[in-house]
Amino acid sequence: MNIIDMTIHELHTALKGKQLSSVEATTAMLERIESVEPQVGSFITVTTEGALANARDADQRIARGECHLLTGIPLAIKDIFLTEGIRTTCGSRILDNFIPPYSATSWEKLRDQGAVLLGKLNQDEFAMGSSNESSAYGPTRNPWDTACIPGGSSGGSAAAVAAREAIATLGTDTGGSIRQPASHCGCVGLKPTYGRVSRYGVIAYASSLDQVGPLTRDVADCAIMLGAISGYDPKDSTSVDTPVPDYAASLAKGVKGLKIGLPKEYFIAGLDPDVQVAMDAAIETYRRLGAVFVDISLPHTDYAVATYYLIATAEASSNLARYDGVRFGHRAEADGLLGMYSKSRSEGFGSEVKRRIMLGTYALSSGYYDAYYVKAQKARTLIMNDFMAAFASVDVMLTPVAPTPAFKIGEKINDPLQMYLSDIFTIPVNLAGTCAMSLPAGFSNSGLPIGLQLIGKPFGEETILRAGHAFEQATEWHTRKATI
Amino acid sequence: MKMTTADVEYVARLARLELTPGEKELFAEQMGAILGYVEKIKGLNTDGIVPTSHAVPMENAFREDVIQSSIGLKKALANAPETAGSFFAVPKVIE
Amino acid sequence: MKYQPVIGLEVHVQLLTDTKIFCGCSTKFGSEPNSQTCPVCLGLPGALPVLNKKVVEFAIKAGLSTNCSITPRSIFARKNYFYPDLPKGYQISQFEDPICQRGWLDIKLEGGELKRIGITRIHMEEDAGKLVHGDLSGLNDRSGVDLNRACTPLLEVVSEPDLRSSDEAVVYLKQLHQIVTWLGICDGNMEEGSFRCDANVSVMPVGSSTLGTRAEIKNVNSFKFVKQAIEYEIRRQIDLIEDGGTVVQETRLFDPNSGTTRSMRSKEEAHDYRYFPDPDLVPLVISDEWVERSRQELPELPEQRQQRFIAELGLTLYDAEVLTASRALADYFEAGVAAGGNAKLVGNWTMGEITRALNDSGTSIEACPVAPLQLAELLKLIDNGTISGKIAKTVFDEMWRSGKAPQSIVEEQGLVQVSDSGAIEGLIDEIMAANAGQVEEFRGGKEKVFGFFVGQVMKASRGKANPSVVNELLLNKLKG
Repeated sequence: MNIIDMTIHELHTALKGKQLSSVEATTAMLERIESVEPQVGSFITVTTEGALANARDADQRIARGECHLLTGIPLAIKDIFLTEGIRTTCGSRILDNFIPPYSATSWEKLRDQGAVLLGKLNQDEFAMGSSNESSAYGPTRNPWDTACIPGGSSGGSAAAVAAREAIATLGTDTGGSIRQPASHCGCVGLKPTYGRVSRYGVIAYASSLDQVGPLTRDVADCAIMLGAISGYDPKDSTSVDTPVPDYAASLAKGVKGLKIGLPKEYFIAGLDPDVQVAMDAAIETYRRLGAVFVDISLPHTDYAVATYYLIATAEASSNLARYDGVRFGHRAEADGLLGMYSKSRSEGFGSEVKRRIMLGTYALSSGYYDAYYVKAQKARTLIMNDFMAAFASVDVMLTPVAPTPAFKIGEKINDPLQMYLSDIFTIPVNLAGTCAMSLPAGFSNSGLPIGLQLIGKPFGEETILRAGHAFEQATEWHTRKATI
Repeated sequence: MKMTTADVEYVARLARLELTPGEKELFAEQMGAILGYVEKIKGLNTDGIVPTSHAVPMENAFREDVIQSSIGLKKALANAPETAGSFFAVPKVIE
Repeated sequence: MKYQPVIGLEVHVQLLTDTKIFCGCSTKFGSEPNSQTCPVCLGLPGALPVLNKKVVEFAIKAGLSTNCSITPRSIFARKNYFYPDLPKGYQISQFEDPICQRGWLDIKLEGGELKRIGITRIHMEEDAGKLVHGDLSGLNDRSGVDLNRACTPLLEVVSEPDLRSSDEAVVYLKQLHQIVTWLGICDGNMEEGSFRCDANVSVMPVGSSTLGTRAEIKNVNSFKFVKQAIEYEIRRQIDLIEDGGTVVQETRLFDPNSGTTRSMRSKEEAHDYRYFPDPDLVPLVISDEWVERSRQELPELPEQRQQRFIAELGLTLYDAEVLTASRALADYFEAGVAAGGNAKLVGNWTMGEITRALNDSGTSIEACPVAPLQLAELLKLIDNGTISGKIAKTVFDEMWRSGKAPQSIVEEQGLVQVSDSGAIEGLIDEIMAANAGQVEEFRGGKEKVFGFFVGQVMKASRGKANPSVVNELLLNKLKG
C-alpha cells in the first residue's frame, strides 16, 4: 500500500509494528506535496525541516515503546491555528509576517501525542468564504477537477486530504467551512458541538459560531482526531467541561432502529439533480441497514442565512478590530494615527473581509442594533428551538451538504449574495450550536464528489460517527481517489 | 434596500477602512443587496423570544486570582512593526 | 438669573487583585513597560478572556457596601472603539446588565445633615494600557504604548446627578474612597491612578427641573483638582450661557497648571460604541447564597464602627471620625483598648504621639514599630503612677526607636517615678534652703514663683518626681 493513501489507523498500525518509520512516512508526504502542490495549492507554508524534526522525535518515542494513535502521523492544519514560532497568516496579507508566541490548544493536544506538522493550509481570508477564492495566497483547486473550487473556508484542509498531501487535517467551521469543502472534495469532515473543542489559539471569526474539527479519509480517522482534540480548556470560557467519550469504541454498533429525520425544508425543488440522486441512494442504503426515517420540519430554516450573516459579521467586525498595525501584523506608512489604522487595514484586508466588517459594523451601529443584531439573535433562538423540538422524535438528521457540487473557480466571486446562499444547509447547525458531519455519498455526472450531512444532538458526536461508519461500510464512495 | 455612498463612508470610518471611490460604489451596491436580503428577518414574529448570545447554556467560567507567568518582553514585542525601547511605537497622538 | 450646578460622578476604582481581570498576568505597578503581558492582554489573534473570580467578589463587596442590589445574572459587553492603548479594539465592560444597581451613599454635609446620593450602577471592566508621549527618552516624535496596565480590573461606580456643588462632590468622593480602601479592594492611591474621577457637570436655572447639557471632565486625580475643575466648569458654563452661547456635550480635560478645563479635540467625534454581549464570556450568575456569604464576610464599615466607638467606648464624634480614617488605624486603636488600655487615653495617644511619629518617619500604621499591646502597657504605667505623663513621652520615643517594651525601658533607664514623700520632702527642703529669697517672695504674695520651685524640684529629681506629690508637698512647705 502506498504510504500516501494510508489512513491514520493504518499508518498507526504500520508505525507501531515498526514496518515503517515516521521519517519515511513524512518524507513520502513531503514528496507528494512537492509533486502536486503546483496544481492544488493546499498549503500556505510547508514546514519541511520542522516536519522531519517532528518525525525524528516521534520515531524516538515509538522506539521507547510509546506509540499513541497520532504519534508520528503527518498532519497539516489550517493557517487559522496559531503555531508557536511558525508563521500563521489566516489567509491574509495583514498577518503575512506574523510569528505567534504561542500555539492553539487543539494543535498542542495533537503535538503532545507526537503528531508531525507538515505545514499550514490555505483558506479563505479570516475564514470568510465558501470557495477558498478569497485567500491572499491564491486559490486552492479541487483535486477532482482543478478548474473547480475545493469549497471553503477550509479549502486547503479538504484538498490536502483529497490530494493525499496529508493523512488528515484540522479545519474550522463557522457556517459550514469544514463540511462543505469536505463534501466538495470527497472526504469526511466533522463540526463538533460548540464548546466541545477549545477555541484558544484559533483566530476568531465569529466567536459564538466558530468550532474546530477534523477532515479525514474515513470515519474511523475522524473519531480518532475528534477524541484527540476534544476536552475542556480552562483558557477558553466557552469550553464545556463534559467528559470526552471513546468515539472509536461505539463506531461499529450499527444503525438498526436509528431514527433519522428528513427535514422537509432541506429537500426542496431546485436541488441539483446529481445531489438529489445521491441523497435518494443514501436514504435507500440507510433503510437497508435498518434505520427508520421520520419526516420532520425545521420551520425557520429560511431565515438561517440572513440570521447568520448578521450575527457572524457583527462578531467578526469586532474580532477584527485588533488588526490595527500597532502590535503585530501589517503596518502601512502614514502620517497620523487615523491614517495608519485605515491604510494598514485597507492594504491588509481583502474585499470579502472588508465587506463583512462593513456589514457587521452596520448591524451593530446606533439605530440599527435592535432591528438587525438583536432581531437576528432572537431568530437564532427560534432556529435552535426548531432543532431541539425535532430531536425529541429523531436521533439524527440527514440532509444534503450543498445545493450543488463544486462550482467553477470565478463563477460566483462577483456575486457575494449568491455565494452566501449556497451555505443554506450547513449554516443552521452552527446557529443551533450542535454537531454535524459530512461524508462522501456519491459523485456528479462530471465526477465531482457529493457529500451527505448527518446532524446530531448537542454532544451527540458518537451517534453521527456511528451512523457515518455504518454508511461507509455499506458503500465505496470513500475509497475512490482523485487521480491528481 | 438602498445604501448610499455616504452610508458606506460613515461605516468605513467607524471600521477604520479606507475605500477607493470605486470600492465605495461597489460596496454600496453589494451591501444594499445583502441588507435587502437579510431584511427578511424583520418579518419574523419574535414576540417574547429571548435573544441567544451563547450557543450552549454555560455560566460562571472563572479562574483563580493566581499569577501565571507572562510571556516576557521579548515575545511581547517580537511582532511589533515599530518599537521604542520597551514601548510599542505609534505616530504621535495628540490628546 | 441664578443657576444651579448639577453634578454626577463616574469613579474608576482599580482593584487590588494579584492578577488582571481576564488573564493571569501580575497587576504590580511600576514594572518595565510590556513586561507583564500575555496573548490575552496583548490582544493577540486567538487569545480568549477568562474571568478572575476575585474581581467578582470585590464587586459584590463594593455593591453591598453602597446599598446596591446585586444583579442575579449579569453580562459582559464589548465597547468597540479604536485607540492605541486598547489592544483588542474593544474594551470588555458591562452595559445592559451590570453587576450592581440602584445603591446610594449618605454623605455628611457641613452642617452635619445627611444627603442621599444615588448610585446608578457599579460595573466591572478592564483597564486600557498606557499611552506615553514624545518627550520621554527614545520616543521623540512618536507615542509609546505600554500594555502592563491593560486588562487591570476596574470597577466603575456611577452616581446619579444628585450632587449640587463642588463641596458635595468632594465629600462623596472621599466617602467612596474611604469605603473602597476600607474594604481592602483598592489601595486608593490617586497619584498612581488607582482611584480616578470623571465629573459630569451641567447647570440649570434655579427652580427648573430640566437638566442642562453636560460636559464631562475626564480623569481628575486628586480631591483638590476635582473641586477646582468642577468650580471652573460651572463658571465657564454659566458665563457661556449668559453670553448667549450654548453648552456643547463634549469631553474636557482639566489642566492643573491653569486651573481650567479644555475641550479634548481628538475625542470630538461622537463615539458609536456598538455595545453587544461578549460572545467569548459566559453569563455571570450570582446566587442569593453567594450574596449572603459576601455580606457575612464584610468588615464593619467606617460609619458603623464610628457609631460603635461612640456608643460603646465613649469617644466623641470627632475622635471616632479621626480614628476611623483607615481600617488599619481603627484596628490599631481597638487592639490597644482590648489590651487593657483606657479608650480615651489610647485614642489620644493614637491620634497624638503615634500619628505624629508615623508622619515624621513616613511609616504606615501597618508598620508601626510600637504595637498596640505595648502602647496599652505604657498607659498602664502612667495610670498606676510608675511614671509621669511627661516621662512617658520619653519612654515612648525609646519604644519607637528600639522596639523594647515600656517596662524594660523604664527599668533600664531608672525612670521610675519617685512618689515617696520623704524623698521629695528632702529635695524640697534643700531647694528652699538654697533659694531663701524666692521663698520670701512667694510668702509675700508672688504666686508665680511657685512654678520656679516646681521646676527646680523636677530638675533635681531628673524629672522623676511625681508631679502631683511635688505640688502638694511644695505648697504645704512654702506656705509654711
